[in-house]
Amino acid sequence: MSPLRRFLLTPEAIAGAIILLALFAMALSASLFFPGDPQAIAGPALLPPFQHWSLPLGTDRLGRDVQAELFHGARTSLAVGLAAAAAALAVGAIVGTLAGFAGGVVDEVLMRVTDAFQTVPSFLLALAFVSIVGPSLGVVVAAIALGAWTGPARVARAEVLSIRERDFVAGARVIGMHPLEIAFREVLPNALPPVLALSSVIVAAAILTEAALSFLGLGDPNRVTWGGMIAEGRAVLRTAPFLSIIPGIALVLTVLGVYLAGEGVVETTAVRRSLS
Amino acid sequence: MTRALLLLRRRLVGSVFVLLIVVIGTFLLLEAAPGDAVDAYIASTGGDAGMIELLRHRWGLDQSALTRLANYLWALLHLDLGQSVTFSRPIRDVILERLPNTLLLMGSATALSFGLGSALGIYAGARPGSFRDRFLSIGSLALYAVPGFWLGLVMIIIFAVDLRWFPIGGIESIASGKTGLDRAADIARHLVLPVRALGFIYLALYLRMMRAGMAEVWRQDFVLAARAKGLSRRRIVLAHVARNALLPLVTMLGLQSAQMLGGSVVIESVFSVPGLGRLAQEAVAARDTPLLLGIILVSAVLVIVINLLVDIVYAFLDPRVGASEAGA
Repeated sequence: MSPLRRFLLTPEAIAGAIILLALFAMALSASLFFPGDPQAIAGPALLPPFQHWSLPLGTDRLGRDVQAELFHGARTSLAVGLAAAAAALAVGAIVGTLAGFAGGVVDEVLMRVTDAFQTVPSFLLALAFVSIVGPSLGVVVAAIALGAWTGPARVARAEVLSIRERDFVAGARVIGMHPLEIAFREVLPNALPPVLALSSVIVAAAILTEAALSFLGLGDPNRVTWGGMIAEGRAVLRTAPFLSIIPGIALVLTVLGVYLAGEGVVETTAVRRSLS
Repeated sequence: MTRALLLLRRRLVGSVFVLLIVVIGTFLLLEAAPGDAVDAYIASTGGDAGMIELLRHRWGLDQSALTRLANYLWALLHLDLGQSVTFSRPIRDVILERLPNTLLLMGSATALSFGLGSALGIYAGARPGSFRDRFLSIGSLALYAVPGFWLGLVMIIIFAVDLRWFPIGGIESIASGKTGLDRAADIARHLVLPVRALGFIYLALYLRMMRAGMAEVWRQDFVLAARAKGLSRRRIVLAHVARNALLPLVTMLGLQSAQMLGGSVVIESVFSVPGLGRLAQEAVAARDTPLLLGIILVSAVLVIVINLLVDIVYAFLDPRVGASEAGA
């Protein structure tokens, strides 16, 4: 049975894949369905959902179209989540490979730095970083990656420690390859699978952190974010709770979709490995 | 006892290095921030260029980065975190005033997530693959996907706005003049919603860990032996399987403390609990970078202390820990 078919046989994985596909469709079609500025005024203020056919999810305090904001927010959430996770995995894999392959003082220093990053609450670190450097999409991505690379680094290091004793590494040494070349061309690719298995958890955490940052007003001010929408709705929590609830549900579904699809992928590949 | 002491000594040495790295990190962030202490001071009091020159010289800010780092470390050794411009008070005093509220919130939320999470984990793990196991697994995953601040807002809408069971925010009723037990009950009532919001998010983690741990233990030989002895299923689950799966959760308690501190920033902001997290948000809003970095330093120390405590508890629970070192 092909891995894809096995993946499609687990109901959780299917649910996750459907959610993620819908999300990507939302993000990609945002400019198609809602061209122009999603933060422009589209109708009367505080229109409840399901009242007007052209504004199905209603409008916020300033009369902005909630549905348009939701679509454009999907774009920010996905972009930040994927970019931050990619950066964290890359940095973690490189640091972990260096520490594990070099050993000795390099290993000791790199692991103490990793400890230090794990000691500081990552959300506080992200908060400080964004507030000092200034909120923009790139800075938010860097701030989230700053607190997320430690997990991948530890996993990569543990994996490299077991790989570096293998015969093919000794072979690479014998033919005179530079140690750095061995580390990054021979060892790192073999250490990647368990590191990549962390990606769904890291993407999910990155999406949640981005939402919390923009909820506290530290998101990119020029972009619609779900966290920012929830913060906006908080001012009218008593009269128009739907403004906070709708983007929150979108967030929950997104993160759940990432988890479910991720578990499905890990499970199918794990089964395949144990079969072979 | 020597066993635990040896372990503690080794961990303390490691912690000092880690703390030093954190301090250097916050110093770099402080340097990267636009403006320095003199700019902040002049902005609030006013003054001319000569005054700025004088203050920079007096506060040692005109010296090299290395000297400034040394001065910074020296001040920290004396527990001096500097002056907060926003509060016009020493940062240490402001933080110490807010710390108890955060500790209370974190402690209660940890107890809730650990207690309920491991209990539900035992319930799910007692019968692996059963309906309740699958239901709780998926349910906990869904709970894990909920952003804490949003859960807090939804709780406010339901329990504070609609049902009016609990207050909407704050740590106690303002100027109520309550003392003693009355005051404690008042604080408890205010903390119900924030503790639930913070605790529920991490509950899923303990549930899933407990369940996964039990699934491992079920396969061990001693479980088979316990069955062969004719022990009741209830006794096997509680005394043999759950008990052995509980140990890793204790380690998680320490590892999660940093996450929980981060989570309390948003929860305290949502429920306006005057704690460390809310202080961090106020520092961001007021652009009070020294205060924000002071909070980070205190959080790091707090996380280190919690992890040390967890290590000690763990050494008592598991006789294997540190046994090799004590023997050597």
